Amino acid sequence: MTTAVSILPEQQLAALNAAYRQAVSRRRLRLLLGAGVFAAALVLAAIGAEVNLRTLFTYFGNFISYFDRILTLDNGQRVWTDVGEWLWGWRKWLKMLGETLLISYVGTLIGATFAFCLNFFAAENTSPSPWLRFVVRRLLEFARTVPGIVFALVFVIAFGLGPMAGVLAIAIHSTGALGKLFSEIVENADMKPVEGIRSTGASWLSCMRFAIVPQVTAGYASYALLRFEINVREASVMGFVGAGGIGQELVVAIRKFYYSDVSAILLTIIVTVFIIDITTGWLRGRLFGKEART
Amino acid sequence: MTKPYEVDAREIRARYPDVFDRPASARLAVPAMIVAAFAILVYGLVDLDFSPSRFIAGLSQLGWITLMMIPPDPGSSLPVYLKALGETLSIALLGTTLAAVFALPVSLLAARNVIPSQILRFPVRRILDSIRGVDTLIWALVWINVVGLGPFAGVLAIAVSDFGAFGKLFSEAIEGADQKQVEGVRAAGGSALHEIRFGLMPQVLPVIAGQVLYFIESNTRSATIIGIVGAGGIGLQLAEQIRVLEWQKVSFLILMILVAVAAIDFISGKLRFAIIGRRAVA
Repeated sequence: MTTAVSILPEQQLAALNAAYRQAVSRRRLRLLLGAGVFAAALVLAAIGAEVNLRTLFTYFGNFISYFDRILTLDNGQRVWTDVGEWLWGWRKWLKMLGETLLISYVGTLIGATFAFCLNFFAAENTSPSPWLRFVVRRLLEFARTVPGIVFALVFVIAFGLGPMAGVLAIAIHSTGALGKLFSEIVENADMKPVEGIRSTGASWLSCMRFAIVPQVTAGYASYALLRFEINVREASVMGFVGAGGIGQELVVAIRKFYYSDVSAILLTIIVTVFIIDITTGWLRGRLFGKEART
Repeated sequence: MTKPYEVDAREIRARYPDVFDRPASARLAVPAMIVAAFAILVYGLVDLDFSPSRFIAGLSQLGWITLMMIPPDPGSSLPVYLKALGETLSIALLGTTLAAVFALPVSLLAARNVIPSQILRFPVRRILDSIRGVDTLIWALVWINVVGLGPFAGVLAIAVSDFGAFGKLFSEAIEGADQKQVEGVRAAGGSALHEIRFGLMPQVLPVIAGQVLYFIESNTRSATIIGIVGAGGIGLQLAEQIRVLEWQKVSFLILMILVAVAAIDFISGKLRFAIIGRRAVA
């Protein structure tokens, strides 16, 4: 069966075509302008960041050969041919890794506790007064915008070198990040239970405890686990500024060109991060079902 | 009027045993978990040398530091700081763009609906994971070894570590795309590249644009700190001023970072809405 395709008269078609072309060309112009602005910004940024392609091409071999070097033992063999020699410091490194994990655990727990206490004041639907909400929100914002490692730098001077500074830095950063996420969960909570409990004459505290907390704990725990995962990564570099953990070993190895040690420590960090990712992912899946994973 | 309903507590208890007489294991699970979490916390505090005296001494020290930070004052180095801030923004913009450009083709290789074979996909994904598992600061140290101290090392560090993140995010966006358009292109006789260009890209690009903008924003934060290991930008100034205990300058630098991050947040939020519409972001 053939279908007849209606063909518009020439005049009508020309008008439609012209309108179409105009619309397309306007869009193209806008796209081109946007691309131009973006390219200009990139060029400006390249000048600002002292990008030097010649350096990159001259030394790019270094980047490849750096990996070649860190995968070579002192005696010139590949690292995996002699695992015992490669991972010679595993006792020390595992101990430092344990410290890193402990730093992130303690930091996350302290941060989550503070965030738990503060988030009810920051959420729009539960905050007792607007000015309190404003103050708490700015406080949380400050805590999460200043990078954790900057806090660590300051704390190393105040509390001395060592893991204490790292823990406090991670705790503060986690308070800021989790406080915001927690308060968003609270804002999505159902307010009917709160009304029910308030109608019995309960105080604000009881309203939170019996109406809000049961609704939100699953979400809180899920976010706290996610934060723990992120904090393990962050704790692995806290040692760069002297705030404890495996980072200290790594920065020494990199700065002193102990090549095979660099790859060995990196390997332990990556494996640990993998294990933590998988375990917390599994734990979240088990505790809260699949939908809570996003 | 209905009669008040007579409740026999005993009968209700008998009818709902799960509510009133929960088994001991279920009742003890939560307290046991809390006790365990607390025990690890205490162990951690002891193991990490948290002594109350040290904590209080540190707090008073911190109080002094805070007092010395007021008022924030750049001294005579304001031009230097502004230049450093510009450097930081440049690092974030260039690093993110580079990462996005390189991650796009690789993310196609990691997407299930483009590359069905597990053999090719698996190594690509593990490589992306490994790149992501290494922190930006570590990449910065590696690149400093290659191209020397300075912001260029920072650009490359951000580019590499974001490459891992983008590869994963982009491939997830591609896997979430509607397959019907691709089938349509295939039905019209298009090649594999045509399928990607006309079937996938129009769906995926807005999502990717949103993610790239979001990363520029979050990389402004990362770029502020990679200077601490010598990879350029405002972090270098910050670390130096902290080391020489110039607290007024430190607080000024922190304020600068806060303002810059807020400004980038604002601008990129506007841009994101302009590119992909208000609904898609939320």
